[in-house]
Amino acid sequence: MTVQSVFPALEQLLPRVQKPVQYVGGELNAVVKPWEDTIVRWCLMYPDAYEVGIPNQGVQILYEVLNERADTLCERTYAVWPDLEKLMREHDVPQFTVDAHRPVGAFDALGVSFSTELGYTNMLTAIDLAGVPLHAVDRDDTHPLVIAGGHAAFNPEAISMFIDGAVLGDGEQAVLAITDIIAEFKTQGSPGGRDELLMRLAKSGVMYVPAFYDVEYLEDGRIRRVSPNRPGVPWRVAKHTVMDLDEWPYPKAPLVPIAESVHERMSVEIFRGCTRGCRFCQAGMITRPVRERSMTTIADMVANGLEKTGYEEIGLLSLSSADHSEIAEIAKGLADRYEDTQTSLSLPSTRVDAFNIDLANELSRNGRRSGLTFAPEGGSERIRKVINKMVTEEDLIRTVTAAYASGWRQVKLYFMCGLPTEEDEDVLQIARLAHEVIKAGREASGRKDIRCTVSIGGFVPKPHTPFQWAAQLDHATTDSRLYKLRDAIRQDREFGKSIGVRYHDGKPGVVEGLLSRGDRRVGKVIEQVWRDGQRFDGWSEHFSYDRWMAAAEIAFADEAVDVDWYTIRERDLSEVLAWDHLDSGLDKEWLWDDWQDALSDVEVDDCRWTPCFDCGVCDHMGTEIQVGPTNAVMLPMPKIPSRVVATSGA
Amino acid sequence: MARDRDPGREIIPAVQKLRIQHAKRDRLRFTSHRDFQRAFERALKRAGVPMAYSAGFSPHPKISYANAAPTGVASEAEYVEIGVIQVVDPDKLLAVLDEVLPPGLDILAVVEARTPDFVARLEASHWRIELPGTPVATLDQALEKFMASSEVLVDRMTKSGLRTFDARTAVIRANVESGADCAILQVVVRHGVPAVRPDDVLAALKKVADFAQEIPPRVTRLAQGPLLEDGWSVGDPFTLDREATQA
Repeated sequence: MTVQSVFPALEQLLPRVQKPVQYVGGELNAVVKPWEDTIVRWCLMYPDAYEVGIPNQGVQILYEVLNERADTLCERTYAVWPDLEKLMREHDVPQFTVDAHRPVGAFDALGVSFSTELGYTNMLTAIDLAGVPLHAVDRDDTHPLVIAGGHAAFNPEAISMFIDGAVLGDGEQAVLAITDIIAEFKTQGSPGGRDELLMRLAKSGVMYVPAFYDVEYLEDGRIRRVSPNRPGVPWRVAKHTVMDLDEWPYPKAPLVPIAESVHERMSVEIFRGCTRGCRFCQAGMITRPVRERSMTTIADMVANGLEKTGYEEIGLLSLSSADHSEIAEIAKGLADRYEDTQTSLSLPSTRVDAFNIDLANELSRNGRRSGLTFAPEGGSERIRKVINKMVTEEDLIRTVTAAYASGWRQVKLYFMCGLPTEEDEDVLQIARLAHEVIKAGREASGRKDIRCTVSIGGFVPKPHTPFQWAAQLDHATTDSRLYKLRDAIRQDREFGKSIGVRYHDGKPGVVEGLLSRGDRRVGKVIEQVWRDGQRFDGWSEHFSYDRWMAAAEIAFADEAVDVDWYTIRERDLSEVLAWDHLDSGLDKEWLWDDWQDALSDVEVDDCRWTPCFDCGVCDHMGTEIQVGPTNAVMLPMPKIPSRVVATSGA
Repeated sequence: MARDRDPGREIIPAVQKLRIQHAKRDRLRFTSHRDFQRAFERALKRAGVPMAYSAGFSPHPKISYANAAPTGVASEAEYVEIGVIQVVDPDKLLAVLDEVLPPGLDILAVVEARTPDFVARLEASHWRIELPGTPVATLDQALEKFMASSEVLVDRMTKSGLRTFDARTAVIRANVESGADCAILQVVVRHGVPAVRPDDVLAALKKVADFAQEIPPRVTRLAQGPLLEDGWSVGDPFTLDREATQA
């Protein structure tokens, strides 16, 4: 069977939509394979607009890992904007891949990568446009398996009725294992159909298959228990952890789109995991332990990536890049290598210490010093102890003083509002802190034109963190605290004009909270709101709080629960959480103890530099911390002769 | 964004300028001009072209783009000029640049710039407009009425608001051919201000005749260059540079 490109039909619609180039593919380093030459066909989706989805590292890595297999092809699809969706429905054009414009419904598996829960409604649009039944239970052997991945897959219960499976943790080895199982199954002639394939996947432990688990509820709405309904299916499904990132130096040939994207740079992941132990941070909790990529591999990936892409900016990515054991050597080595080029380096880092400034200075050695970003996260000393962000006010003032003194003109400070135990006063402290920052900065730099921008977002409690039991702050109180902060800064007569405030209202956080700690009953809300037209929840111009609340009203009509029950309700230790059968490696008792420590302002250190705190991950998952130093040396770049310069003229 | 360089840093002047003809084909005809600029600058990097950069806080590579075809319109005749700090072999540049660009953005010719006033040489464009589903006779009639008019005013939304201008005078020559399942309009348009584009010509045809087009037309710029002695053929704008190089 061959599969026809839908491009001839799509082409007729493209002149009538915004930014048609986002639908045509043709990215540099994209791969198109003949359909018939492969056994397993994957379609990967990032459930947001192309401009947001194309730079996503997870999709790019898996795309390459899968396409390297001779028996497998992998293509990509992204969320189409409502203007094209409408035309596609009118003209019967199905959801398509951008690589070869093949219909998504023809693939064996549709893997959807969720960085956040705000992509759920877009997944429904894609499944529906693909001609695949919305509910997993209605699908047959001709339909792709819909598989969720990414951080949100650590609690996929809210979307469990729409997906066939979820993969927890690092995807590189997991997608290959799934591919092996699908290949074997298809080669055998697909015995037992879809159900048998899902059983094989579930039994292997590679994938969580929600249909094979039953959820029972107590009368008050809490979960009584979650249990497998088939023999041979594991009680708990564990996350995947790739050890030795040097063996997985992907992406080797990053995709470079023709359309403009939100990240016009090449990214190199310098380590995975973080053990700083910030209690609000789901990423830091679910990606343990820390696994560093070596300096040598990083340098090779940077050199190779620049050559393959033509990008002028490199981002050294991780959850806290300044924490790499050899970051100083890496920064100096790369700065030396690219000193006389137009190439620039950036290091997203939230560390608040002088070392961070040294790094930033090194990376901007011969450039203009515009802005630096720090993330104290909490406004008061007390709240920073609660969230385990170990930064004192003294640290912060010392750090920003060093930044302004070395020529940086603007400092951005990130905070959160709505943290557990928070009072108005904790947030109002931010105004005082910003005042002190400007005061110290003016003294250190001798200039009056320095600036400080305070950026503040609402906190959403996430599964698999010590705050998974916490009550989320309601949006009205969140907003009132943010307004009080804004007013306090405006009233700062001395420095108020040098301080900027950026914040978002608290309503989107409520929906994110509902989805991230949701259980299977929340699926009905998602379906309802999608049927009511909700799309692109991450975009303020498309997000509608009222539509979500109206949908919840309908979906929860016959349930003992409501939106408040999921969001602003505090849980206790005895409650079965919707994600308890999904294993991030973290010991629930440890998380609870850490939650209790938070409530009594007790801090916990980073296990990279202190003995193990028994969070459970390494023991349970058979993993270990992998950190340097390797003491390798980054050599200068070899000079590559130009292929275009005239031989005589050179 | 490129690193902002120290303005005190030495600026190496261009030692050579090269003119490049490229195509925008098939699905990549949906590339906007901005998209093309970005893709082209990255391709120059991958090809290792020793670009000259402008001075100032945000140095830009020395590239000039001329008369870009609109988004959605294919082209066989787009022109770009670049400045380099080492002498480049035009044939090697053609081969390497074409190799590093995605299929659909294809390099067709490269010459060393040996003559001034290149952009002024781009006097007219030859467009081929395929109109699927339109009967040849219908298009013929519309074109006849259009050519018989001395002026046909059309409206177009521009950045500065709605503009009304004449789409007739710029049209030097036009004829209708019959294609597979479409009528084909071949039209030579003189460049001016505002530039009369293929969609303006179609809008003018619709205005003078009863002529609807449901399916979006497929438009290709076949040539761009000086008007030849016959007054309507479009010549190769690289001819003068080639002659100067051989001389």
